[in-house]
This record gives sequence, structure tokens and C-alpha cells, in this order.
Amino acid sequence: MRIGLLSLIGASLLAMPLTATAKDFTWAFQGDVQEMDPQARRETFTTSVINNIMEGLVRYDQNLRIEPALATSWELPEPKRWRFHLREGVTFHNGNPFTADDVIVTYERGSSPDSFFRGGLANITGMEKVDDYTVDVTTDVPYPLLLNDLTNMLIFDREWLEEHDALNPVNPAKGEDGYTMRHAMGTGPFKLVEYRRDDRTVFEVNEDWWDNANKVHNLTHVVFRPISSDATRVAALLSGELDLMFPAPLQDIDRINATPGYKVIESPELRTLMMGFEMGDDELHNSNIKGKNPLKGLKVREAIMQAIDIDLIVDKVMRGHAIPASVIMPKALNGYDDRLDGRLLPYDPAAAKAKLAEAGYPDGFSMGMDCPNDRYVNDEEVCVAIVAMLARVGIEAKLTAQTRANHFPKVQAGESDFWMLGWAASTTVDAHNFLNSIMVTPDGVKGAYNPGNYSNARVDELEPLIAQETDPKKRADMIYEAFKIHKEEIGHLPLHTQTNVWAVRDGIEVVQPANGVLPLMYVHIDD
Amino acid sequence: MLYFIIQRMLQSVLVMLVVAAISFALFSYVGDPIEAMTGEDDPIELKQQLRASLGLDQPIPIQFARFVGNAVQGDFGVSYRARQPVMQLIAERFPATMELVFVASLIALFVGIPAGIYTALRRDSPVSYALQTGSLIGISMPTFLTGILLILVFSVWLKVLPSFGRGETVDIGWWSTGFLTVSGLKSLILPSITLGLFSTTLIMRLVRTEMLEVMRTDYIKFARARGLRDRSINFRHAFKNTLVPVVTITGMQVGSLIAFAIITETVFQWPGLGLLFIQAVGNVDIPVMAAYLVLTALMFVVINLAVDILYFFIDPRLRADRAVASGATT
Repeated sequence: MRIGLLSLIGASLLAMPLTATAKDFTWAFQGDVQEMDPQARRETFTTSVINNIMEGLVRYDQNLRIEPALATSWELPEPKRWRFHLREGVTFHNGNPFTADDVIVTYERGSSPDSFFRGGLANITGMEKVDDYTVDVTTDVPYPLLLNDLTNMLIFDREWLEEHDALNPVNPAKGEDGYTMRHAMGTGPFKLVEYRRDDRTVFEVNEDWWDNANKVHNLTHVVFRPISSDATRVAALLSGELDLMFPAPLQDIDRINATPGYKVIESPELRTLMMGFEMGDDELHNSNIKGKNPLKGLKVREAIMQAIDIDLIVDKVMRGHAIPASVIMPKALNGYDDRLDGRLLPYDPAAAKAKLAEAGYPDGFSMGMDCPNDRYVNDEEVCVAIVAMLARVGIEAKLTAQTRANHFPKVQAGESDFWMLGWAASTTVDAHNFLNSIMVTPDGVKGAYNPGNYSNARVDELEPLIAQETDPKKRADMIYEAFKIHKEEIGHLPLHTQTNVWAVRDGIEVVQPANGVLPLMYVHIDD
Repeated sequence: MLYFIIQRMLQSVLVMLVVAAISFALFSYVGDPIEAMTGEDDPIELKQQLRASLGLDQPIPIQFARFVGNAVQGDFGVSYRARQPVMQLIAERFPATMELVFVASLIALFVGIPAGIYTALRRDSPVSYALQTGSLIGISMPTFLTGILLILVFSVWLKVLPSFGRGETVDIGWWSTGFLTVSGLKSLILPSITLGLFSTTLIMRLVRTEMLEVMRTDYIKFARARGLRDRSINFRHAFKNTLVPVVTITGMQVGSLIAFAIITETVFQWPGLGLLFIQAVGNVDIPVMAAYLVLTALMFVVINLAVDILYFFIDPRLRADRAVASGATT
């Protein structure tokens, strides 16, 4: 905490000569940076903030395509061996040079049995130093998503880790208070000046960044403030204390747009909401139908789909700030195919009733329904609307809306009949993550988030092929086939894709990547 | 007196044990901490390993026994969210809340008491009516609404005060203070008014009622008959005798200010104990929740004890009574 006083004195000393060129940028998000160690957990927002300080071998550009970062190029000498050529002349913020040793130590730390990060490196079997600027990475199978995984492996400085006794990952169960949790050292465009949890994180530009020649940003001093209360976040923006904040609460969008000098900007994000069905058990958990499971029948799932007016939900509940989804993966995801456009069946309550009668439920039936109330944008409100729409065709959905810490364990335990789930695949930004996690038959490892037991033999067959196919065209065709099957069988009922809704003051130019994060290197202040 | 304090201390241990037991019983309804600690697509096997290593797979009574065993040694465990010892987290946040509560209490006392005396002595003046009406609003308006209104007026419209946060702070040892910088002081204004408003109005109304009560008593009439000056009657004779209930309520109020700070801190993103607790609830951070609840209970017990001791100094009759009572038993 001594940093606080020093930076205060430092800031006041520097304030005078810098005013001519200083570009201060202050932004707020509803949550905080959980810690400064990118390997302590896998959380999109925290990783994205640390990514301003630390970098990976490769990074996402503004369209979420992979581009070189600390590695300049790579090739595949063998199907399961990748060779990366590292950028020379890069230094960490403490002046230490970046070499292959730093990559190796980062991998070893992240993949050790105590690491919370090892799930993100599961397909990598080893990393070897060839020389100071060449590293070989081996995978267990031919693995097309290696680069995507490596965007999240942010490189530590080996000397810095050694100096602070931080070569082992932080393990909360062991009661460790690791140095890396509150300090950061990287090669990125910004240096960490101060980190106070629930208060502020302060950055300063790295004048020696290797990519300064191509940089888009013109920031010199950046402050991040977590503000959890929606009303306060809006007030802080409109009072001039912030340059940008997100998410902008949907009910305040008109007010922000009506205030001169401020506007709301919006772009589609990755997270797509869906409803899952219990399709494995022979009887639902909370239904008046005993001895059989109505949700197993395709006709019933079709009826549910046609009973729900997704356009109305997007229009009224989401106030237009969402996009109706045709399948459970978002359009911005790697692997989306335009042939998947369009919802399978239109909203038609009469047809829904007819299909229920055909399936043997002319009077409808009742079932349990579960939703989180603090996880997605207006999650509970969307579910309440669905309950009303289902009631109109004779299905009584008994809604339990509760905090995510209760919702997800219940769903994962397979105790729900019909539940809300949002999936973003933000770790790899690739369709395979959907297949692997929610679409294949659960076998203890794969399909871990498919508690409803959706199961299709062809989808199960395609998943490992997609995982290992390195030919982009063949891979895309197989992804299309799997998602087409899942769409036609209504394995999950797609609802809508959320949008990033940010509020900014005039004169700030930013890009909004679909993964919903703010890379500071794309922020430009005009005035 | 010493016996009395020791007795109170023993009672407080019991109170804290009960609070800990109740909070542990509640924790099973808060949700699954593992879900909050891991990513949504992390392997299930990693989640199970974590559950076992934190001892969360054991029955609640065993978890409770372990918590009490560690807590008596001053060890409240490690926060699941921050992965930092809980006592260290609480020590970091403590100054923010204490400075807020301190300023709010000052406002409550230095506005509430004079306003109460004034409205009691000049019952029919327009100012008294205005204060009385104002206090009704203050006592009935929810804290978060007061906070948002103040932010709207002073931050968004007038742009004179910050809408959130603590401003720049200066570290003196482990204590971070906002009293030494301009932005720190400015940041204190709105949250402390928000937090102190309810107590201010409560104290004002209490002082007023007590004063009216005392002014009707015989000794005030006699004092007047003796020809004492108004000033002497009002402050030496009347006000002093209203102090016992006022001290009790003020003491209790300091306790509830710390507890109510949760709402104010959430509205103003004030990085204190209340915000820490609210975020612990959201993240199912059981060690932080448990420590906060137990320490809040301790705080109430200590404040009550301090209030009881203060009585001895304010009210001579109590001293006499105790002396007689203890004399009789020995």
C-alpha cells in the first residue's frame, strides 16, 4: 500500500509538465479485477484487464482473429508439434529481456497440478526450449485450437517470479497470499502502478512497448474503477468522473443518449442464452406427468419453441438490446456458418397447441423451470416472460429464479427439468467449445455441462474429428453438420445473443470486441 | 465494576458463538462457493479437487467446529475470492468504514443534539416546524434513495462532489486515511450525510422529547423560581438530564451505522467492510462472511459495554446504587 503515497507524490510532481500531452482515461465496470495473477482462475474480465499489462505468444485482434504478439511466427513440423519463433528485443517493465525461458516457466507454472489454470492448457503435453528465441509445443492430438488457448497464457518474467518466490501457482486452499495476486510484471502496453481491490487499478503507459510503432491508443494514464451499483455507475459517467463504463443498464440507455456529450454504443457479444431440456431421465423431477418424460419428444420441444415469442422478448424484456439466436452459438464465433441462419420454427401458439395434442398432451403438462437472477442481462425477467408464454399453450412452468451460486449447482446436479444457460466459449472463441461442453453425450469428461443428456450419435462422432481437424474447410463443414443436427432436434432451445452495451463520453474512440472486454490498446482520445 | 466487565465479556463470547452458529446454518443456503471460484467451462474434476481441498465436502457441523477452533486463535481462514487471509482483508477495509462511521456520527451528534434542543425550546418557531418536517423525511427515506438523490444533485447536476469512491488516500502505517487529501475529504461528504441522516433525525427527535419531558419537571420550575438564567437552566439542569437515553441511543447507533454502512458503501462504491461483505455474499465467500458477522457481533457487544460504563460517569445515582448493591452482597 506504500505505492499509494508514492504514486500520489509522483502524480503531483509529474502533473505539471505532462498536461499538454497527458491523456487520462478512466473507466468503470460492474465487477472488479479479481487479482493480478492471470493463472489464479479463468475469468474473462480479469484476464482481459491483466492482458493490458501481460501478453501471450499470440493475441486476438479487434475481430477476435489471432495475430502475432510475443511470437512472430510459427509452423507445424509435425501434426502434434508446433514451433514458435519468439520476438527478439522485447523487455519486461522491469527491464529484463523476454526469452524462451519465460515461456517455459509460464507453461510449467500454469500446468502444474496445483494450478487453477491447467484446464486452459489441457491439450498441451509439453513445451521445450530449442534456443533462446524458439520454443516447441507438443499436443496430445493434432489440435487446431492451440493458438486460441495460447492467447490466454500470459507470459511471466522468470526472474521476477523467482525473486518473489512465486514459481508455484497460488493455491487458495493452502492459505497462501501470493505476491502475484497483487502485483503484475509483463511486456504489455501498460504498466501496473497501483492495485486496490474494490477501489481502483491504475496503469501507466509503457513507453518501451515493442508494438508502439503500430499502436492505436494515445493514453498515458489509465484508471479502472469497479462500480457495482448500476445507478452510481451511470451517475459517475454523467458527472464527468468517467470516460467510459459498462455495462450500461438497459433502463438508463435513453437517458444517457439524451444527455449532451454522452452516448451508448453497442455491438453483438458472444454470450448466447438458451434453455436446456431434461432429456435423459424417464420422468421429469417436478411434473404432473408420471412414468414418462414429455421433453424427450421432439414434438413437445417444437411446441415449446413455437410457444415462445423471441422477438417480443428481445423487443420488450431486452428493450431491443439483444439479437434473436438461430442456433446456440453466436454469429461472431469461429465456426458459425451462414447456412445456420434463421430460427427453426416461427412463433405460432396455435401450432404449438396442435403439436402438444399430437404428442398426447392436449391439456398440456407442468414442469419445473430454473433460472439465475444475477448472471445474465435481465435473466429473471426473460424467464418470467417465458412462463407466461408457455402458460398460453397449456404448459405450466414452475419457475425457480435464484442466485447463480444456487442455480448452476442445481442444474449441474441434473435436478432441473427446463433451465436457462448462457454460453460464450470466451476461452477459445471457437464452436468446438460448445460441442465439447454442452452438446456431446456426457461421459465423465466431455459433455460436462450437458446435464440434460442431449445425445446424438453423429454429433458424438463429429466432436473428436472437429477437435483434431486442421484443415479449416473440412473442419467448418463438420461444425455445420453437427450444429444443423442439434438445431433440428432442438437439443437446446436458442433464445438470444446478448449485446455489449457501453456508455462513453464524446471524443473517446474504442472498439467493442465480441468477447465483451475493453483492450486499452484500442482506446483513442480525440480532444 | 471489574466483575461487571468480566461478566459482560463472558456473555459476549456466548453471543459470538451463537452468531457464528446461526451464520453457518445460513451458509448452506447461500450457494456453492466452488461455482463462484471457477470458470464456467473448467473441468468438473478440478472443481471436485478444490471442494475437497477446502473441506467443503465435509458436513456443516464439522466445518463449523473447524471454524470455531481456528477463530479462537484469531485465524479466520483465507478468502475464497481474494485468496488473502481474511483478517488482512478486514484490516485493509476497516479504516474506510471507520472514517465514514466517524464522520457520520459527528454529523449525527453535532447536528442532531443542537437541533433537538432548539426544537424543544422554541417549539412554535417556523425553523422548528421545518426541522420537524425534515426529520420526518430523514427518518422515513431509505438509505439508498437518499444516496442516489444526493449523487444526482451534487454530482450529476452541480458537479461539485464525487459520486463514488474514497478519493486519494494516504497511508499511515496500515491505516489508509482520506482525511489528508482534498479529494478524500470531498469524497466523504455525500456518503457520511447519507449514512448519518437517519441517526441525526433519530437523535434530534429523542433529544427534543427528553428535553420537553425534563422541562416539565418540578426542579426546572424551582430553578426558574430561583431566578436562574435560562442558559443555565437549559444546559446545566435540563440538557444534562436528557443525556442517559441519548448516550444509549448514540451508542447503539454507532453499531448500526457500521451495520447500515453496507447499503451506503454499495451505493457509493466505498471500499469498506460493508462492500467487502456484500461482495462476499455474491461470491459465496464463506470465510469473509463468517468473520464479518462474528466481528460485527463483537463490535455491538463492545459498544454496549462502553455505553454501560459511560452511565457510571453520567448518572451519579447508578454509582450509588451499585455501591449499595455490591455492599449488600459482600
